[in-house]
Amino acid sequence: MSEPFRIAGTKGRPMRFVFDGIAYQGRAGDTLASALLANGVHLVGRSYKYHRPRGILSAGAEEPNALVAVTRGPGRMTPNLRATQVELFDGLTASSQNCWPSLAFDAGAINDLAGKFFSAGFYYKTFMGPKAAGSALWTKVFEPIVRQAAGLGARTTEPDPDRYAQFHAHCDVLICGAGPAGIAAALAAGQSGKDVILCDEQAELGGSLLHEATAGIDGKPARDWLAGALAELRSFANVRLMPRTQAFGYYAQNFVALSERVADHLPEMPEGARERLWQVRAKEVVIATGAIERPLVFPGNDRPGVMLAEAARLYLNRHGVKVGSRVVIVTAHDSAYRVALDLAAAGTTVAAIVDTRANPPAARLEEARNAGLRVVTSGTVIGTRGRLRVSSVGIAVVTGGVVGQPEWLACDAVLMSGGWTPSVHLYSQSRGKVVWSEDRQMFLPGVSVQAERSAGACKGTFALSEILKEGYRAGEEASGTARHRDFSVSGDSGTEGGMMGRLPRPAGGKGKAFVDFQNDVKADDIDLAVQEGMRSIEHVKRYTTTGMATDQGKTSNLNALAVAADRLGKSIPQVGLTTFRQPYTPVTFGAFAGANRGDLFDPVRQTPIHSWAAENGAAFEDVGIWKRAWYFPRAGEDMHKAVLRECRQARATAGIFDASTLGKIEVVGPDAAAFMEKLYTNPWAKLEPGRCRYGLMLNEAGFVIDDGVIARMADDRFHVTTTTGGAPRVLHHMEDYLQTEFPELKVWLTSTTEQWAVIAVQGPKAREIIAPLVNGIDLSKDAMPHMSIREGMVCGVPARVMRVSFTGEPGFEINVPADYGRSVWEAVWAEGRKFDAVAYGTEAMHVMRAEKGYIIIGQETDGTVTPDDLGLNWAIGKAKKDFVGKRSLIRPDMVVEGRKQLVGLLTENPATVLEEGAQITAGATPATGTRALGHVTSSYESPALGRSIALALVADGRKRMGETLYVPMPGGAIAVKIVAPVFVDPKGDRINE
Amino acid sequence: MKFSALSVFMQGLKGNRDWPAQWRMPEPKASYDAIIVGAGGHGLATAYYMAKEHGLRNIAVLEKGWLGGGNTGRNTTIVRSNYLWEESEGIYEHAMKLWEGLSHELNYNVMYSPRGVMMLAHNLHDVQVFKRHVHANRLAGIDNEWLSAEQAKEFCPLLNIERNIRHPVIGASLQRRGGTARHDAVAWGYARGADRLGVDIIQNCEVTGIRRDASGAISGVETAKGFIATRRIGVVAAGHTSVIMAMAGVRMPLESYPLQALVSEPVKPMMSCVVMSNTVHAYMSQSDKGELVIGAGTDAYTSYSQTGGLHIATHTLDAICELFPAVRRLRMLRNWGGIVDVTPDRSPIIGKTPVPGLFVNCGWGTGGFKATPGSGHVFADLVARGEPNAIAAPFTMDRFRTGRLIDEAAAAAVAH
Amino acid sequence: MLLIRCPYCEMDRPELEFRYGGEAHVARPPDPMATTDEEWAEYLYFRSNPRGLHAERWRHIHGCGRFFNCIRDTVSDRITLTYKAGEARPTLDKGAA
Repeated sequence: MSEPFRIAGTKGRPMRFVFDGIAYQGRAGDTLASALLANGVHLVGRSYKYHRPRGILSAGAEEPNALVAVTRGPGRMTPNLRATQVELFDGLTASSQNCWPSLAFDAGAINDLAGKFFSAGFYYKTFMGPKAAGSALWTKVFEPIVRQAAGLGARTTEPDPDRYAQFHAHCDVLICGAGPAGIAAALAAGQSGKDVILCDEQAELGGSLLHEATAGIDGKPARDWLAGALAELRSFANVRLMPRTQAFGYYAQNFVALSERVADHLPEMPEGARERLWQVRAKEVVIATGAIERPLVFPGNDRPGVMLAEAARLYLNRHGVKVGSRVVIVTAHDSAYRVALDLAAAGTTVAAIVDTRANPPAARLEEARNAGLRVVTSGTVIGTRGRLRVSSVGIAVVTGGVVGQPEWLACDAVLMSGGWTPSVHLYSQSRGKVVWSEDRQMFLPGVSVQAERSAGACKGTFALSEILKEGYRAGEEASGTARHRDFSVSGDSGTEGGMMGRLPRPAGGKGKAFVDFQNDVKADDIDLAVQEGMRSIEHVKRYTTTGMATDQGKTSNLNALAVAADRLGKSIPQVGLTTFRQPYTPVTFGAFAGANRGDLFDPVRQTPIHSWAAENGAAFEDVGIWKRAWYFPRAGEDMHKAVLRECRQARATAGIFDASTLGKIEVVGPDAAAFMEKLYTNPWAKLEPGRCRYGLMLNEAGFVIDDGVIARMADDRFHVTTTTGGAPRVLHHMEDYLQTEFPELKVWLTSTTEQWAVIAVQGPKAREIIAPLVNGIDLSKDAMPHMSIREGMVCGVPARVMRVSFTGEPGFEINVPADYGRSVWEAVWAEGRKFDAVAYGTEAMHVMRAEKGYIIIGQETDGTVTPDDLGLNWAIGKAKKDFVGKRSLIRPDMVVEGRKQLVGLLTENPATVLEEGAQITAGATPATGTRALGHVTSSYESPALGRSIALALVADGRKRMGETLYVPMPGGAIAVKIVAPVFVDPKGDRINE
Repeated sequence: MKFSALSVFMQGLKGNRDWPAQWRMPEPKASYDAIIVGAGGHGLATAYYMAKEHGLRNIAVLEKGWLGGGNTGRNTTIVRSNYLWEESEGIYEHAMKLWEGLSHELNYNVMYSPRGVMMLAHNLHDVQVFKRHVHANRLAGIDNEWLSAEQAKEFCPLLNIERNIRHPVIGASLQRRGGTARHDAVAWGYARGADRLGVDIIQNCEVTGIRRDASGAISGVETAKGFIATRRIGVVAAGHTSVIMAMAGVRMPLESYPLQALVSEPVKPMMSCVVMSNTVHAYMSQSDKGELVIGAGTDAYTSYSQTGGLHIATHTLDAICELFPAVRRLRMLRNWGGIVDVTPDRSPIIGKTPVPGLFVNCGWGTGGFKATPGSGHVFADLVARGEPNAIAAPFTMDRFRTGRLIDEAAAAAVAH
Repeated sequence: MLLIRCPYCEMDRPELEFRYGGEAHVARPPDPMATTDEEWAEYLYFRSNPRGLHAERWRHIHGCGRFFNCIRDTVSDRITLTYKAGEARPTLDKGAA
């Protein structure tokens, strides 16, 4: 465990970790990438398409190649993590991806040899097979192969045991990125006293200052200055520092989403959340997200050991890791010179600096000369060699556009820099439009459309002194202060240069020059896409898949653009820039879900009587978010038997039913009746206090949306009931009309659904059961007829007792304050037992109401059904001039012949129970494509009739009484007779008892 | 050049030098026999079938951006036809039949993959609604079958069917011919096909006005590239339809909403079908590339912003993690939005307008992708002949006057 | 998530407290039965659906419960102002918004 590439004397507690089954040593503070490099391991993964060996390209979030899976126990395998972001801990276990049987020998690499046939978009051109086979060849043969070969990471198979938390925060200033610009901004904003959040994706705050070994700030080495600045920031109570926190999405109105890694770097999972999702509403935002170094595009630029130059400097200065012992630097930008100098000073051999520029700044050349380094100007790279690691690089000089003879330099690392791409992602997400700077050859933030400003490298500012100044100014501006602070910087290096697209290549030059490493997109693929007519970057991107890998093109987008622009002979902005979408880096699904899992996924509504039902063995059904008692099975009973028993007993003596879920709305005010006239089809003005009426509600389009029994309590007060699921919708609908269409009406609406527990007692013995419990109400038939309401006391509790029925039996519904619901229920139950009354659930309720022909909203209706369709024209106040939906009822197609109407169905064989939703046709053997006459809406075995019954909507149904129609089923058609939809007590003798 | 394994092989040997452009980049002519506004999948399909089946070659498709750059390239690629009403069954099944032969029709592998679309039932109301669909579809000759929860699990082992979860799966309907297709390839395939038949596809050519003659009939369009004369315009502009139609003075029964989608990082195959749940508001499939492709309902308010709110994505992933607990540790790679135009009954409008010569095909809402071939096919017929065929006829705009709505949303009405 | 100012509560509150209510100032005809089928369909279904400033209804459903109106840019989602139900639609200079 010698860490052969670690510089002697590097601090940090040794840690052990395992990669692909081999144990290594790393140090505290390492990433998996730096620890692997310390051990001389460059080969980390295989590419997506060609399965080419790939190494570590970068040192940050932009990494396209070094993707690993980290496993830490059951359910805790995370695929597709970037080794450059995985923090080392003692015992870390990681493995490579997308290779078989092993990373060093990957059978999929055969694709690499056949690469010429796998050009961009090849799959659109083939795999179609003979026409006669239809899509079968693709579906059965090729697609499974493609799917198995694709898919980078291993799949997860077990539920993730970890927890995720969500936080909301408001702040005055949110600073995204804690490099020099962000730190300076935080210093300014912190001093203002405003609430400041400074977040950064890395474990340590400081960005590039963390590996800055040359420059000094305010007379101190940069890293010492950083330590002081962080100490200052920590001393501000108003500044929250958030390391390991990525600002990943910028939404409307300065709403920024952050993802915080809490636990992945710890050897043991702590109590609490693995990650936190922050939703921050910031008054002002400072974007200080830095810049990303661009790779150069040359053949073999993907070989392990070929890296971004600044990454090598970071590994050296921050982790004490040399990425190689003999390196070649290829650059188009000044910044790689400091890489060369730092590496050389640390004892790495720098075989050459190959500068693509003809005339690099003299100062750079002098620095190199002073360090004894060879510089090749007007240089290019024609290829690299080495199987699993680069062993040499072919360089050449370009003269007058002609590439000269190659010189092969032995090396174990090639460090490249095409210059720097400002990270404008967050700015772009804020809906700002990036602007192309022709002289600087980069996209920069344009006009701010939200309260934000960019500072530092993400705005194209690269000199450290300027970055600090700009960052500080941004912090001042965002916090509304002006304190001015100067930063004196020494040892700042050059900021000139940069290129995009291919390096010059010899005529007929070959080899794969990659633009998008992870998706294996070559410069040739982009050429081909353009050749085939893909002229916008959106087309090129989609055709070649460049920029669509898990790194979202952070290192590839600009090179792809440049290659395409070059091929098209257009400028870069003419080819376009793809918009940046959230998230900036991938965010765990679990973090979005947060605590909304299991029982907390959706609230559960329970009635006050729920616990009694549960104790008495009820099965429950989900109705919206309500739990309703479905049936009450006794020992040995299945649902079928239980429901038959409940129905029979309810009609024999009585049944007791928890109707508390019914929506209840109190409509109060001098204009209450006038309001009800508008909102329901029925007439209300003349309904006497103490009486109830079945109310029908339409939407403005004339379709039935709700119904319920409505009681008039007083001239100015209605007790409205609604369907269980419809309650919120109905109240919203009422409020809408009251507030916006009829504001002149003096009416107040109050939801009382949860204020009243409702106990329905139905059956011939209902009156006898409740009588002993009721005080102050004359329950007699004459004093309290069907459809009436009385106020009084039940079990000593103030109650509204309604004489209503949803079964066809005489019945009462006792409304008591919810807190008394269970105790009153138990008292009713005790009385009921004297008559062998049953508790029944929603299924028996459904059966009994169907026997009586009562509709259920959502079952007999589906949003396309009118009152007339349901035979409910009697519920329409004919004399009313207007009500919601009235006008629509006379539209041509609402009164046309052939509309589907509610009817009853009796099967020829009384034992046959139709399936709900089954279609109805005129013929027994309808041809395919026959238009159905209607469908079965409700269907049950009826205990009262001793046979099956059904309700249905059938075209012109009321004209078809007595006709035989058919319900075609897979096993043959079922003959049904059309009958009236009321099966039990059509005259209503029982109900009025 | 015909696309085939042989041509890929031969071109591979030659360094892929000879592949021609898949479509031209023509400048607009002074006039066309007909102009289609909008080069998405529907518009390109319309032009293709107008040229192929109606012999109209002097036609153009105008696109303000890049072809296929709108909803065609932004959807979750689901194809199915198991709708409830006969009218919907007609158009979506028509599309499905075209999907089945589309790769060969276009000589372009659109990767139509009938891997099965499964819709989950979580309560008794769902069961009633989906069974009604199954029966209606069977009568119409459209495959759709009912599965128990256990059968659903067998079809999609990733699914959680435990009974003690908040919204347990109690059954599912399955259309086996349903599945996915490669969205970009559909636009490109139709574009290449239409182009080869002589259709001018003119990109970066925003329509800025619609000109009418003294009689009120269409006489041409104003565009970013100047005036182009025509007597017939077919507008196929999805979320932007209201804006285009306003240029001809026609108001539409439409509202435009953001519809979001998201994908995970790619992983090896986890599921081989499409699963949808209306009750918990989410759907998911896995692309051939390995990304889990996830979507939900529209955002709550009208917008043209193509962004949408974070809380919509958040709620969608809540639901996905409940249905598929094994995906909780995967990560969201991309989240984006499209703009869908929604009609009051959630069914499309395919028809004539009060303006002679102006036709419109819009209002596909969240169902546009799956309908692409069928929509283009019947709209081509309408624009070419001036009258809708039997499949398109029910989708007239007049239904909002008469009340003959085709309400698929109501058909899946919320529980009582 | 939008931040919306309820003109009754006089507070900026997150979108989750509100429910969107469609285009504003679509007045119900005072005598619906006197309208033609075309006029009635226009009221029921036809909307301006503009790209740009949109007058729309919101209800502070998890707050005060009141309906109010809002001018929002449907391209940027920026809210220009909110005002109480019943107040006239303000005239807005498009450029200023």
